[in-house]
Amino acid sequence: MSSAVDVVQTKAPANWSLWLRQIGAIFRLEIEKNFFSRRSLLIYLIAFLPLFPLFVLAFITPPGRQDFNQYSIVYALMYNAFILRTLVFFGSAWIFMNLFRAELVDRSLHYYFLSAVRREVLVVGKYISGLATSIILFTATTVIAMVLLYFPHFYSQSVRYFTEGKGLTQLLTYAGITVLACLGYGAFFLFIGLFVRNPIIPALLLYFWEWLNFLLPPLLKKISVIHYLNSLVPVPVSEGPFAVVAEPTPAYIAVPSMLVVTLLVLILAAYRIRHMEIRYGSD
Amino acid sequence: MSTPDQLIIFDNVSKFYGEILGVNRVNLQIAPGITSLVGPNGAGKSTLMNLMTGLLRPTRGSIKVLGIPTDHPERLFRKVGYCTQFDSFPRGVTGREFLNSFLLVHGFDRRRANELSQVALERVNLVDAADRKVAGYSKGMRQRIRLAQSIAHEPSVLILDEPLNGLDPMVRAETIALFRTLAAEGLHLIISSHILHEVDMMSDRVVLLNNGYIVAEGNIHGVRDEMEEHPMQILIRCDQPAKLAAYVFAQDHVVEARLHEDRRGLFVKTRDADRFYLMLNHAVAEGEVDVESIAPVDDDLSAVYQYLIGTTGGSA
Repeated sequence: MSSAVDVVQTKAPANWSLWLRQIGAIFRLEIEKNFFSRRSLLIYLIAFLPLFPLFVLAFITPPGRQDFNQYSIVYALMYNAFILRTLVFFGSAWIFMNLFRAELVDRSLHYYFLSAVRREVLVVGKYISGLATSIILFTATTVIAMVLLYFPHFYSQSVRYFTEGKGLTQLLTYAGITVLACLGYGAFFLFIGLFVRNPIIPALLLYFWEWLNFLLPPLLKKISVIHYLNSLVPVPVSEGPFAVVAEPTPAYIAVPSMLVVTLLVLILAAYRIRHMEIRYGSD
Repeated sequence: MSTPDQLIIFDNVSKFYGEILGVNRVNLQIAPGITSLVGPNGAGKSTLMNLMTGLLRPTRGSIKVLGIPTDHPERLFRKVGYCTQFDSFPRGVTGREFLNSFLLVHGFDRRRANELSQVALERVNLVDAADRKVAGYSKGMRQRIRLAQSIAHEPSVLILDEPLNGLDPMVRAETIALFRTLAAEGLHLIISSHILHEVDMMSDRVVLLNNGYIVAEGNIHGVRDEMEEHPMQILIRCDQPAKLAAYVFAQDHVVEARLHEDRRGLFVKTRDADRFYLMLNHAVAEGEVDVESIAPVDDDLSAVYQYLIGTTGGSA
């Protein structure tokens, strides 16, 4: 039997094409698991459950009796409290922690480790698959929630608002924030899924840290994901009478900061996976 | 003489799990051919295999497989295939999908991955079940699909952890034949087993492990020869065993001579088998006895195992 991996036996300049091909293969495998496995049922539930009350309200509330101008604030509150802080947070936790943790539990991670693939490439492939899954599901929720809030009650005003007014810009901004949240939380949860045997505890700790962010002094606020995301929202939301007010971070700092931190966390995750051993008994 | 690029080299390798010893101070060079790792449960066989495939990292020392350090999977697994003992699979896949998906991860294009999967399935006789879910496979079929996965990318080193477990006798024989074919093609085959007669049947070399230490290595008969403290036992079938007993007992290297129960043979224990055979040739040449057959009684792996480790090793 010859070593017939001619296609893989490449020198440095050609490695990029090999890595991209491998990332593509890992991506397809993981996407299938993320969307079509039994585990994915919970993620569909997390992603679309908040839409159910909006759907019901759309039918039971008579159209036109509410104040249209208040709707942007209603959506901002709903987005902040339910979509961003809860749905995207826990959804990302479930998706990204399971990228490696689920395979440790199923005792099938070694098949990846026994393939001729750099473990860093494995991290990238899995992360991108998690990212694609979370972005597709949660931006869909972000968009559908806004549509369900506006259109059933004020159809014609809503059409004008989204075609001529600020509606579309706001919608795209919220969707963009959701994407950034998936990036940031995703990297963090991937990381703790690799380091911690029971990732629920650090996930809850982060959850409370993010929720208590409004009470933190300005310097500590910046050690959180939610601070940068809140800085980007098109309709600022009051954090209550006890909130410590801090200047929002400008978008040109917030977005690159999120991306840089995400990259650093991914580098740490790649380092961890490079040195990881397969000992299912102890996992 | 093999060069380092043709060998699997363990250089003073130790592995500890916390305070628990996995293997200790392993110095080993494995050349092409079939090498068996033998030892009771917990001896360190799987640890050694996981170390040479980078699933574990040594606490001390270094390992190179055909000149490649084991912490470079992207290079290592172009040459190495490993069939582990983990009887688990990704969920929901068929046998063919299982092979294809990891060939794609290796970097093969879809057409080549399909071809390689088909060849591997044929080699393990699993073509008919290839499109069924792995979850519905019998234990033997799962073992074979894992074997197929380990050979599908055409490695030059194949590491197999208890590869015959769960196989029925027919498939067992076929699998051993496959191993021989692969070895004849120039592959390194490293096989762990606790079934001694199978190891005896198929191995060129054995590495005996106990409690994390290598207790003996080499050609099974060579290992036996080196065990001077355990005299070799030989059965001589001849016409006058009593006369032969008197004759051999005068030799200083013979420590015991005992008649066979049927009184048509003689068991001799000697510390120097070469001198004994020479002496026996003289006896035959001088017409002292008419020898029908000569056979070492404890020149097999089971006896070596018992002498070195103090157990029989198990037989199934």
